[in-house]
Amino acid sequence: MTTTADQVGHLHTPPEIGGIGHSVRRHEDDRFIQGAGNYVDDIELPGMLHMAILRSPVAHAKILSIDTSEATALEGVVAVVTGELMAEHNLAWMPTLSGDTQAVLATDKVRFQGQEVAAVIATHPYIARDALGLIFVDYEELPAITSPQQAMADGAVLIRDDKEGQADNLAYEWESGDKDVTDRAFAEADKIVSLETHYPRSHPSPLETCGAVADVDPASGQVTIYMTSQAPHAHRTVFALVAGLPEQNIRIISPDIGGGFGNKVPVYPGYVIATAASLLIGKPVKWVESRTENLISTGFARDYHMKGELALNSEGRILALRTEILSDQGAFFADAQPTKFKAGLFHIVTGSYDYPAAHVVARGAYTNKAPGGVAYRCSFRVTEASYMIERLVQNAAYDIGMDPAEFRALNFIKPEQFPYHSPTGFVYDSGDYETAMRKALGIVDYEALRKEQAEARAEGRLIGIGMASFTEVVGAGNSKDYDILGLKMFDSAELRVHPTGKAILKLGVKSQGQGHETTFAQIVAEELGIPAGDIKVLEGDTDNTPYGLGTYASRSTPVAGAATAMISRTLREKARKIAAHLLEASADDLDWEPGKFFVKGSPEQSVTIQDVAFAAYTNPPPDEQPGLEGVHYYDPPNMTYPFGTYVVVVEVDAETGEWNVDRMIAVDDCGVRINPMIVDGQIMGGLTEGFAAATNQFITFDDEGNCIGSNFMDYLVPTAWETPRFELDETVTPSPHHPIGAKGVGESATVGSPAAYVNAVIDALAHLGVRNIDMPLLPDRVWSAIQNATG
Amino acid sequence: MYPPAFNYSAPTSVEEVLATLAKEGEGARVLAGGQSLIPMMKLRLASPSYLVDINDVDGLDYITDVNGHVAIGALVRHNDIVKSELIGSTNHAMTDAAPWIADPIVRNRGTVCGSIAHCDPEGDWNSVMLAARAEVVAQSAAGERVIPIDDFIVDFFTNSLEPGEIVKEVRVPKYTGRGGGAYVKLERKIGDYATVGVATQLELGDDGKIAKAGIAMTAVNSKNTRAAAAEQVLVGETPSDELFREAGNAAAQASEPETNVRGTEEWKREVVSVYTRRGLETALAQAQAQA
Ligand SMILES: Cc1cc2nc3c(=O)[nH]c(=O)nc-3n(C[C@H](O)[C@H](O)[C@H](O)COP(=O)(O)OP(=O)(O)OC[C@H]3O[C@@H](n4cnc5c(N)ncnc54)[C@H](O)[C@@H]3O)c2cc1C
Repeated sequence: MTTTADQVGHLHTPPEIGGIGHSVRRHEDDRFIQGAGNYVDDIELPGMLHMAILRSPVAHAKILSIDTSEATALEGVVAVVTGELMAEHNLAWMPTLSGDTQAVLATDKVRFQGQEVAAVIATHPYIARDALGLIFVDYEELPAITSPQQAMADGAVLIRDDKEGQADNLAYEWESGDKDVTDRAFAEADKIVSLETHYPRSHPSPLETCGAVADVDPASGQVTIYMTSQAPHAHRTVFALVAGLPEQNIRIISPDIGGGFGNKVPVYPGYVIATAASLLIGKPVKWVESRTENLISTGFARDYHMKGELALNSEGRILALRTEILSDQGAFFADAQPTKFKAGLFHIVTGSYDYPAAHVVARGAYTNKAPGGVAYRCSFRVTEASYMIERLVQNAAYDIGMDPAEFRALNFIKPEQFPYHSPTGFVYDSGDYETAMRKALGIVDYEALRKEQAEARAEGRLIGIGMASFTEVVGAGNSKDYDILGLKMFDSAELRVHPTGKAILKLGVKSQGQGHETTFAQIVAEELGIPAGDIKVLEGDTDNTPYGLGTYASRSTPVAGAATAMISRTLREKARKIAAHLLEASADDLDWEPGKFFVKGSPEQSVTIQDVAFAAYTNPPPDEQPGLEGVHYYDPPNMTYPFGTYVVVVEVDAETGEWNVDRMIAVDDCGVRINPMIVDGQIMGGLTEGFAAATNQFITFDDEGNCIGSNFMDYLVPTAWETPRFELDETVTPSPHHPIGAKGVGESATVGSPAAYVNAVIDALAHLGVRNIDMPLLPDRVWSAIQNATG
Repeated sequence: MYPPAFNYSAPTSVEEVLATLAKEGEGARVLAGGQSLIPMMKLRLASPSYLVDINDVDGLDYITDVNGHVAIGALVRHNDIVKSELIGSTNHAMTDAAPWIADPIVRNRGTVCGSIAHCDPEGDWNSVMLAARAEVVAQSAAGERVIPIDDFIVDFFTNSLEPGEIVKEVRVPKYTGRGGGAYVKLERKIGDYATVGVATQLELGDDGKIAKAGIAMTAVNSKNTRAAAAEQVLVGETPSDELFREAGNAAAQASEPETNVRGTEEWKREVVSVYTRRGLETALAQAQAQA
């Protein structure tokens, strides 16, 4: 499955140049497949010490005392850090990315199991861990609140008694859309379809856990932090603000990152403690958390309790949507999301459908669980939104006796309606939803499949066909609407072409496996005609790259990719002037084809981009600055709106509730595909994560607030063995406002696929009257649904 | 993750292994495939003071056809069972179960005897061994003794070895008549322990009636458990759908599953019943296929 054409239907560059549309092999894989990547845990510095964190065994308790004397006495232990010590330096608390506060090391209470209580710095990682067992903490346990419903109930114990003016466990309240118009539409509806469901708490669980090596030079005050960060520039600014360190003395380096998925967007206590320890001790300090620490304490995702309703008229047209969310935020409100939007971009919940009214109410509650609410491979709660609307739409079709595909077709936003203004304020840039859906249905042979389903039912076999026709919103900002802690969501690219025609591209974003070193080189190759293999892409070092907000929410290609195209074009215009100088022609008389300028009408009179680069340093035009480099800061005019249709076919074992995916078809439209192979890889990864969410993956808690799902035997990450085989295809509807017509694609499949899998199982049971099973669709839940439906 | 400190040696003979165990006493543990012990140490759930690694001992990786049984040595890995033709032709339940154990990486390293010794109620081998009525050969500096599997499995994570004893081999009886077996396992993903597992074994008499039956369950009791009443349902009877259903229900009654993150008690019982029936169907088909 490869793309061979861009929007114009042909490739602009030959394979030697490898511009847009070529499945260039990933440059970064040379080192990765040789095991020669360089991750935070690979960093070794002279005199480096090791840190381990003591975490709370209980979910909610007052700390009466902490006795560190035995730990401190253990040979090899250099220091034991507690909240009290951090408080002396005003570092016991830090801001979250949602403007709340979070404890770095607990001083008053612990508020979730796994919370940071103390840290040991030792000469050896084993010693640091041995010493954890020698710290004795006296806890006075408090009742644990393990659900947002419990948190909001009258008389619930107050979790955030540290916050002035906080009288209850409400973390935020937010709404979007027009309530009156929506209520009126509901009053006039012929039919109302509703769904109540929970999108369970999950965890991005990157294979590399979080960690840092903090290296503070006591003499110069230079602070270098090697850190698992998806957003090194933003993190540097946060460090400057939190610790009051001069920003020019802080250098954050994100070396190779072993997966992020949103988990490496927040600033974690461990980074702060390691840095404070290095500052106090004057030696480098390494902290790398364990798998369990990553799962129980770092940014979780989802955990939305959702109610949704659709108002329909008698012809099956949607009139309005109403949803109400109660989110479980854990002990600290730490969603990573744009400031204005307290429920992220959940209000994109109107989906791919055209109707005039919608109203969204979202409330979040503090609970005694780990904080987070990170955008796990999604653009700020778009996954929850897409899940809600695609489940609702499928149920609506059953309830009015229409085929789910035809119901969607009837209600889709039509191609001629773009740019489309949604009732909650989004402006969808481009789309052709029905074409993508028909393509997916064609691949699976939908009509034949429905017949087969009917025949199977007659034999007592349960086959289900589910679909999702999702629309995403990715690539924040524009800076008018989108910022993180006030930092506007632009991004940047700095390009320098060296005398021999080789180039270095520096970006403010940071790959965690997405293939930036290849994709962004291809954009330069497309625009400047320099072979992609001659372009080095550098990211992740705040001293050596231009400012940017980082990589998450599918924003790198929409924002940094656009910046890359723009700076390449700027340099091409300068190159044109140099070429004119070399060819002794007027710049206006030159034509461009990738890699060379030639005099209009006489192609034999030409210079290559490499000739031009050399001349930029050896023979520049008299009226031009020497050199060939520049930087571009790109503030996107709008988000991009990738879409597609996923179709899943399952068979359910009626006796046990087990279910199997027989087919999974994904037709994606992300606009112009820069590297089709990498796009396919991104989609397959997301489809796998969607499969995980639908089948198995969740983090749950017992009544005491103990985390169930604290290792990979309990928190299940699918491997190639159990993952279905994916059948991929595409349509191409370019983004009209993006310089190369591309939309983000890193998350489409995580966002769109969970509903498709779940809808397939529901479809298998729909004739029994089943309309909901909460994710994950564990066999016992499916079995119970069948039992309850059949009595 | 970092285990606490421990001492270690890797003797090359069984005698040395036994002598070291005797010398190091209570805190010493045998290290076989390490696929259960090492994870427990990493999580600091186990902290042995001394590990006696048996992997360098020669001659413990045998699968031998002995009179009436197949002997499986202490260093036979799960994957050796996957590949063994001798097992393939003598015990269908073992052949069935082997590829369900963990994943290929763990199977290359983990041992059958280590798994049996470990007595994890979610481990698969002990159910198969119960269904087959296997015997464990225990050896110590003092000598050898043969322990029926029912007596070997004491409780969860508890076997009946005496201090200083190791499992030298396990003996799996061969069918005496036309036999067959199956292992049916419900797992959440590859490499997962069983949510429910059922081992079944049947032997048919010349009259086509069931002469011997073995049924045992994984992960639904505090240890791998024989469904004795279900076996009783079968012995002496002519196989039928009805009979197998009855056996399934009897097995479900003998199970004591807990509601947990994998599913409810009620559902697990149902799965035991269905899986027992399905396993017996497979076992019967295999037995009938033999001349
Ligand atoms: C990811 C993963 C998935 C797994 N999935 C499954 C599964 O699906 N089903 C399943 O059944 N198992 C599973 N296991 C466990 C695996 O099968 C182990 O290999 C097995 O349980 C133990 O065998 P071992 O040789 O690795 O023993 P070790 O880990 O070396 O030892 C386990 C215990 O037995 C003792 N011991 C070992 N050998 C002897 C001996 N000869 N005499 C006396 N004592 C001995 C040790 O001292 C220790 O206490 C899994 C393991 C992992 C890591």
